[in-house]
Amino acid sequence: MPHKTFFAFVMPSLIAMVLFIALPIVSVVVQSLYVAHDRVMVQVENCQPFGGCSTELRVDAAATAELQAEQPLGKFNGLGTYFNRAHLAFDELGVILQTNRGLGDIWNRVLNLPFYKGLIFTLVYCFVVTPLAMALGFGIALAVNALPKVTKGPIIFFSLLPMIITPLVGSLILYWMLSPNGILGATIQHLFNDPTLSLRASPGLTWIALLLYGVWTNGPFSFVVFYAGLQTVPADTLESAMIDGASRWERIRYVIVPHLMPLATFVALVQLMDNFRVFEPIVGFSAEANATSLSWLIFNDLSGDTQQFGSAGATSVLTIIGVVILLSPVLVRTWREFKLKVV
Amino acid sequence: MKHVLMLAVSAAALGLGAGAAYAECGISAGSVRILSNDFEALRTINTTAEECASDTVKVTANATAEHKNIQVPALTINPAEYTVAMVANNSIVPLMNDDLIRPLDDLVAKYGQDLQPSQLVKIDGKVMAIAFMGNGQHLFYRKDVLEKAGVQPPKSYDDVLAAAKAIKDAGIMEYPLAASVKPGWDLAAEFVNDYLGTGAEFFAPGSAELAIDNENGLKVLEVMRAMTQYMDPDYLTFDANEIQKEYEAGNVAIMNEWGSLAGAILDDEGAADGVVENTVLAAAPTIGGGTVPAAALWWDGFTIAKNISDEDAEASFQAMMHGISPDMMMAHKDVATWLIKGYEPGPAAVGVIDNANAGARPYPMQPYMGLLHTALSTELAEFMAGSEDAEQALADVKAAYDVAAKQAGFLQ
Repeated sequence: MPHKTFFAFVMPSLIAMVLFIALPIVSVVVQSLYVAHDRVMVQVENCQPFGGCSTELRVDAAATAELQAEQPLGKFNGLGTYFNRAHLAFDELGVILQTNRGLGDIWNRVLNLPFYKGLIFTLVYCFVVTPLAMALGFGIALAVNALPKVTKGPIIFFSLLPMIITPLVGSLILYWMLSPNGILGATIQHLFNDPTLSLRASPGLTWIALLLYGVWTNGPFSFVVFYAGLQTVPADTLESAMIDGASRWERIRYVIVPHLMPLATFVALVQLMDNFRVFEPIVGFSAEANATSLSWLIFNDLSGDTQQFGSAGATSVLTIIGVVILLSPVLVRTWREFKLKVV
Repeated sequence: MKHVLMLAVSAAALGLGAGAAYAECGISAGSVRILSNDFEALRTINTTAEECASDTVKVTANATAEHKNIQVPALTINPAEYTVAMVANNSIVPLMNDDLIRPLDDLVAKYGQDLQPSQLVKIDGKVMAIAFMGNGQHLFYRKDVLEKAGVQPPKSYDDVLAAAKAIKDAGIMEYPLAASVKPGWDLAAEFVNDYLGTGAEFFAPGSAELAIDNENGLKVLEVMRAMTQYMDPDYLTFDANEIQKEYEAGNVAIMNEWGSLAGAILDDEGAADGVVENTVLAAAPTIGGGTVPAAALWWDGFTIAKNISDEDAEASFQAMMHGISPDMMMAHKDVATWLIKGYEPGPAAVGVIDNANAGARPYPMQPYMGLLHTALSTELAEFMAGSEDAEQALADVKAAYDVAAKQAGFLQ
């Protein structure tokens, strides 16, 4: 294809990508380098229905607006936002490393820093949920593939349900089922014969519930892709393997899995990216006390009485960097394979 | 057609019991666009204000729980998306910080004959908001359960804890206490309530420097933690609506709950047998030997946007005066603790009135209070879960607040 035709074809999507992906990212990066101007404060008399009058500080809106007009972006702060306690917290980490009482102490104190607390749960979620969800999806795909044709349709539909349900609603449903009045929560209490056992009270159990939810909701995606992949496994190879006396397990191990490997790379890539921005289950499970994630930190900065755009921007940029680091092994591998094919 | 419309409007007005047709608003022309939080009292005011609609006056209202997130951008544009923003102690602050609302003195002089002086929220001598209802968290308790356990109605948090112990020891209830301590807005509000009860200030005088890292702060946290041993183990997932359900189900003997939910609790819907008739509303308990109820007093009021035409501002003010008229209040007495002229508190308002009479302090209106609220809402979670001690929790709150206040330009 001549270069000109090629560009004509991809130009619309290139423009869309620049407009909707590249520019917003640039804007977030720029925003994360700035903080608000120093507020000009004045003392004023303040009267309200309860408590009468008192003298308090107020923002001098006119003076602050003047500063704002001179420098609309705010005060340049460089990478200051990235290094403060709410983000990478280098100063705090330094203090922890200098004055600690062993590894356990370091661990506890690092977990006390909001960014690392969020990061650690995010990483655990990524690396536990992704392989388990892929294994679950692959298992379902193999099982469905072995079914007689009539039953396939309805079963595929039911297996896809977790993906169809909105994540927030899905997590709420599971959350209610796990409450002590819910069917799962009550059953667990009955099984362990402990009426005070509550999944929502302990950090460990909350993490397990969130991870299980993740596997449940991510399984169907792997299932769909692997099921499609199973339809492309060459029948000849499978038949010859059978003639050679390979068992079902050996056929899966030596024929199907190698055939689906490129697909698995793709699924892992998508799922890692997806899981790195875990957010809905934390809100749905009301798990903020026991588990936070990077996306939740961004949400927390932007909700509430005062929005902190610079701080949210810095967390967003760190999240993007995290995704790139996470995906680099897979990307490098794909690139190598691509080059091998070209040569 | 016009007759039909008039008939419909009058019928609606009659049906609401407000007994006022649009002619009474006296607005010649203009557009009124109201943004408010979403609860019954505010919805009632919105509907009443909407009666002012006519051929030349357009009245629309958007009642949404997301109002805090949209009010600043919606009032920043010119002309503003909404002409009226309903606010409370805390949500007026972002509007003040960005200079988005107009002084109302001239409008009050012209149309405010029904207002009482206590309804005027004055900042730097200028009326910036008109308050119409009060709110706050206070005690709800079950007198039958307390009698059975042989304890007197609690006045202080020490009494509450003693009563909870007696109820638990008597085997009446496993988890007699409830409070809305879900990490987030609710948990921070609980801390603010209790800290106000100690009589101490949140900030060093005349600056944005945080001052809660002291024995008062420790005392508050100690009480908050002590309460949790008598709460359902899931307490960290309970917000105000959730404890209302638990209370109505008869699982709770004493709770600290919003006055604005009293009407819904005392009505004959949704409660287990014996809950409603045994419920007593009282001022919030005192804390640590303090003398005032450990609860913040809140007012709800309305403000008028700056970036709108004077005609719209005038129309909006008049429509809102109709919305919060004494007639509206008389027709909806039990919906809220009104600050409107002629109001006599009903059974659902007793708690908030008790708080106010006992000298409870208002929720602070400092421009940086929102940052402290956010810092409290996340940093106290681990303490409440029992995985952190009180000193560490207070140090974390201070660290988180300092970072946020520097970002926002309040601290250098």
